[in-house]
Formats: sequence, structure tokens, C-alpha cells
Amino acid sequence: MHPFTTLSGVAAPIDEANVDTNQLCPTRFNKVPRGPKYAEILFYDQRIDTDGKATDFLLNGPPWDRAQILVADSNFGCGSSRETAVYALYEFGIRCVIAPSFGDIFDANCAKNGLLTVALPIDTCGALRAMLHTAPGMTFAVDLEAQTVRDGLGGVHRFDISPIRKRCLLNGFDDISRTREYAEQIAGFEAAHRQTHPWMFGR
Amino acid sequence: MNMATQATTPNSVQNDVPNTAQSTLFRKLWDLHHIVTDEGESLLYIDRALAQENTYHAFVALEAQNRKVVRPEQIYAFTDHYVPTTGRALGLAGIPVAEIRNMVVQLQDFARKYGINLYGIDHAQQGIMHIVPPELGIVQPGLALIGNDSHTSTHGAFGCLAYGVGASEFAHVMATQTLWQTRPSTLRIRVDGRLGFGVSAKDLILAIIAAIGTDGATDHAIEYAGAAIEALSMEARMTVCNMSIEAGGRAGMVAPDDTTFAYLEGREHAPSGAAWERALDFWRSLPSDAGALFDREVQLDAARIAPTVTWGVSPAQAVAIDAAVPDPAQAANDKQRGEWRTALDYMGLTPGMALSEIKVDRVFIGSCTNSRIEDLRAAAQVARLGKAQVPTWVVPGSQSVRRQAEAEGLDRIFIDAGFEWRDPGCSLCTAINGDQLEPGERCISTSNRNFRNRQGPGGRTHLASPAMAAAAAIKGRLTDVRTLIG
Repeated sequence: MHPFTTLSGVAAPIDEANVDTNQLCPTRFNKVPRGPKYAEILFYDQRIDTDGKATDFLLNGPPWDRAQILVADSNFGCGSSRETAVYALYEFGIRCVIAPSFGDIFDANCAKNGLLTVALPIDTCGALRAMLHTAPGMTFAVDLEAQTVRDGLGGVHRFDISPIRKRCLLNGFDDISRTREYAEQIAGFEAAHRQTHPWMFGR
Repeated sequence: MNMATQATTPNSVQNDVPNTAQSTLFRKLWDLHHIVTDEGESLLYIDRALAQENTYHAFVALEAQNRKVVRPEQIYAFTDHYVPTTGRALGLAGIPVAEIRNMVVQLQDFARKYGINLYGIDHAQQGIMHIVPPELGIVQPGLALIGNDSHTSTHGAFGCLAYGVGASEFAHVMATQTLWQTRPSTLRIRVDGRLGFGVSAKDLILAIIAAIGTDGATDHAIEYAGAAIEALSMEARMTVCNMSIEAGGRAGMVAPDDTTFAYLEGREHAPSGAAWERALDFWRSLPSDAGALFDREVQLDAARIAPTVTWGVSPAQAVAIDAAVPDPAQAANDKQRGEWRTALDYMGLTPGMALSEIKVDRVFIGSCTNSRIEDLRAAAQVARLGKAQVPTWVVPGSQSVRRQAEAEGLDRIFIDAGFEWRDPGCSLCTAINGDQLEPGERCISTSNRNFRNRQGPGGRTHLASPAMAAAAAIKGRLTDVRTLIG
């Protein structure tokens, strides 16, 4: 996983609430092996019409076709557990999504792929999206170490993140390596668990 | 950095509120599987994991890292998302599209390669990953279980901790049999009273989501409680827990009780003999203690819930069948007004029209929410009252449900009513096996998501119960089932 430290990039507003993972990656594309093709898959059904032509969806043209940050509304990434939704964002170039709240599973999937999710108050997110509509192409700067987002007008917004998620993102840590540090504790736990609850291990 | 320096001793509950005498079901399950805490995240032991065809992303990730599956006997793989719902006698050869067939082949190959329990396309117990494990007793109270599917919350109906996870977390479980989690807050949803005539578990969960919103349970584990929940069968409890994710909750659960134990006894993978007695003693210790505190509480009156149908593109956009399509002029604020307009536009509906005026083009009875035997019985009870006015599919959740329904003659009732009786799979819920709506088609569906394009690009979905779907089938429009079976 690539580390996430700081990011300065074009931010795009996604105004709709409850953007589900099926919009980020329509179900029929879950078959696609992970790779660059996911850049085209992101928001496919909004970006491409039924005749196969590009729509005026905001990620289709400048300046937002090179967005690295999305500012969204509540419950972004709700729905299906498909990690392909994160592959699509990542391959498109998105490294950070700012929203008032996220779907739980999507949020976890982002962290495992080096994509930073930033939860900011709903009013802040609304104001940031309005700012981006007023000045398309505006860049935001994200500093994970300092836990801040600096908007294009110089406003600084501090965000919370769990210490361990921060450390893993900053260092690009692989979760499995981290867990293997606990191999002894896991083995001890499992042996005790097997003894006290043997039926849980099958007949 | 050596992360082990951060380790605590096994079973310690660092940084946590002490687990006092009064504990919740969720907290008992959590503590039972807790190995260590590291900077606020807990490492949980995972007893069982459920895979489906899309889990190939997890296998690929695992192989890219040169990892092994450490406990293959605790991993179960199901062919459900991509299998066809007709022509199944042909097995794999019955899947005409190579790309779709390949998804089934890949999962079966990975499962065999790693010695994982496989319920492949030709297995006598093939079916949906959230239907088959309960049928076989693979799901039991007290377990920590994950699935590579958001509707894994279904299994919380048994009083176990059941989380849906993505490919990376699934790969992590296969490599370590553990999962890192931040302990969520607890939300108890109490439903008092009893459900009225013609009102089912599906109406109940749609009403709950309408009440608390699609992010109403985000970062919470839900416990459903109260007289109306206790009165539900296991099938009905699974329907409720299944849609916890549509309320934003990653997990939903019901305390195990005699209904749970009676369901489990004698099933293939359930403990038996002395082990059964031992398990039973343990299971009885799991329910939340009287006086246990929850971070949040929500209360509903079951008697006030009517058969419920969604009108929009979010599961929370649901109203009673005798209501009208909402008018954006009456929205609470501009934001909601905008959302309602967008939804009405996509759904092709006029504000203020009666729901009963909405004509449907298709009917789908199936999915991990509503394809169990009780669901099919409820649909058949209505199907016998008329003939399908529009194409209507009935897709049982598993081969076992299919056999049971056929033994009871339900298939004949459906066929005589002009319904199509198909083979088990996810089918038109996830719309990934080739079963899908045409653009603009309107479908009443017993599935769980009415998101735009969910059942096929441009498709329009109205979520409802099996009885309500069957009622719409024989009337050709949304219909209050209570007026038919009264």
C-alpha cells in the first residue's frame, strides 16, 4: 500500500447524499481484475449514457477530470461491500474523500487501500462544495500528520482519525504484517477458545 | 516499527470501559473474541467466514502477498451471485456468458485449491450465502462471523457477531483468522406490541429504516429487542437483521432464545449430544443482562406499522401502502426537497399520487432478504388468489428451500398463477448473473436495495414484502395485500 502523507490537488464537489458503492462501481464491473481499467469504471452509469457517449457529469471534463479529492455529502459509499468501488476511485486518481459520514464497510476498504476518508461536519462539507462550484479547479491541501484540510481560500479544517489508521496510512503498512506481530497471542487465544467452545470449531 | 511492542496480554480489554455485571449481547460477543487492543483497534478472533464469487479479489490479493489460508475448514464458499436461475441441470455449461461462468469457475477453483468448504453450482445445498449457512447450522449463537458481502448482518439473527467486509479484510481473515475492528457503539431498537394482520418482518425493517434513516445506525451495532421481535420466527429475524446495513449498521442482532435453539437443533453442523447441552448452557448466557446500558435507544410500536413500500431510490424513502407519493412541496427543507425531486424523477412518479395507482412491469420474489420457505409460503398464499398480470419471478434462496417448497406444492401454486419458478441464486437483487431490468422497467421486489441502477441500468425498484409483491403481481399495480387476504 502506498503511504499517504500530504496531498495537494483539485477537489471536486459531489452534491448528492447517499452515493452508494454501486454508483462508484456498477455491479457488472465487479468481474474486472484490479487494474487501470477501473479509472473508466468510476461513476460509469453517470459518466456514460446508454448510447455509449460521455455525459456532462462533472468528472468527465476539465478541471475535475483530474480531481484527487472529492467533497461529498452524508453516507458516502453506503451499500454493497464491494472493494471495487475503492479500486475505481483510486485508479481515477482520487486519494481523499471528504464527507459528513461514510458507509462503514466502504470506510474500512478505503483505509486498506491507502485512500484517506475525512469526516467533517455537514455544514462544513456543504460550504466546501459551494466554494468548489464557485471556483472550479480550486485545489485543497490535505496534511495527514497535522490532520488538516486547507481549502482554496485558506480556511483550515481539522479532522479526527484513529491513531492506528493514521499510522498505517502514513507508513503504507500492510495490515497482515501488522497482525503477524501478534502470532503468539492469536495462537494462545485460539487454543483457549477451542478448549472452552469446542463446538464452534465444527463437528 | 515493531508493532508488537504495543501489544497487551491476550484477552485484555485495554482502553475499554470495564465489562461490569450488566453487559449487552454485543459486548459479550465482542469480549469473547477479543485478542488484543492496539491503539484503539481490537483484534478479534473470527470463527467462520463466508465467501462468494466476487471474493476472488481477496484470493488474488492473498496470492499477490504470498499468504496462505490458515484455517480453510473455517471458511465457506458459496456460488450465488453469478449462477443462472434457469437451465441449472447443465451445471457450469448452462452459463452462456464466458465472463460470468468464469466467476463461478474461479471461486470453485480457489476453494478447491485451498481446501475451503465449497457449495458449488452443482452442490445439493447450493444457494445464497445468507440462506444456506443457517439452514445447515453453520451459523450459531455466540460466533464471530464475517462475510464478503454487506448483508452478512443477516446472521446476527442467531445472536452472533456478523460483519460484512471488503476483499482486503476478507483476505486478512483468511491469512490470520482475525480482524481488526474499532468497537462500535450500541443501539437498541425496541419494537413493542405485535405486528398487525398482513404485516411482515420486511414491513417492520422498512419502517425502522424510514424512521432512523439510512445512516441512522452508522458506527453502531444494532440489537433488535422487544415483544414484536421476540415473537418473530428465525426466518423473520433474518429478514430484519439482513437490512441492518441499509440503516447504516454493520451488524444487527437478536438475542438467542428458545426459538433460536429449536431452529438449530438437529441441523447438520449444529452441535449434538453432550456438545449440544454444553453449547445450550453457553447460548443462554448471551442475551443482554437486564439493566445493561446501550449508547442509544430507539422505540417503535409494531401495531402502527402497515405494509410498507419504497417510492424512491433509498430504502428510507418508504411509506405505508395506503399513503401517497410524497410531494416535494411538503419536504422538511431544501435539501430533502432536492432529494425527493431527484428520486421522483428517476422513479417516474407524480407527487401526491396514491401508491395503489402505481403500475408495475415486473415482480421479483427472492434475495437474501426474502427467499426463505416462510417467504414463499406468504407469497403463495396470495398467488393462489389470482393470475400474474406481469412477468413474475420466484427465486428460492437455496436448493433446500426449493425442495421444501416443491414438497409443499408451492411451486404448483406459483406456476398455476403464471409465476415463473426458478433456480436458487441472488438473481435480480444484485442483477449480475444476467437477470436484470430493462431501462425504465418498474419492479416490485422483495430484495433490499432500491438504489438507482441496482437491478439494471435505468431500472426502477419498489421494495416490499413477499406477500405485497405477490399482491402486485396478480393486480398489476401496488396493492395493499390486506384487502386481498382479509
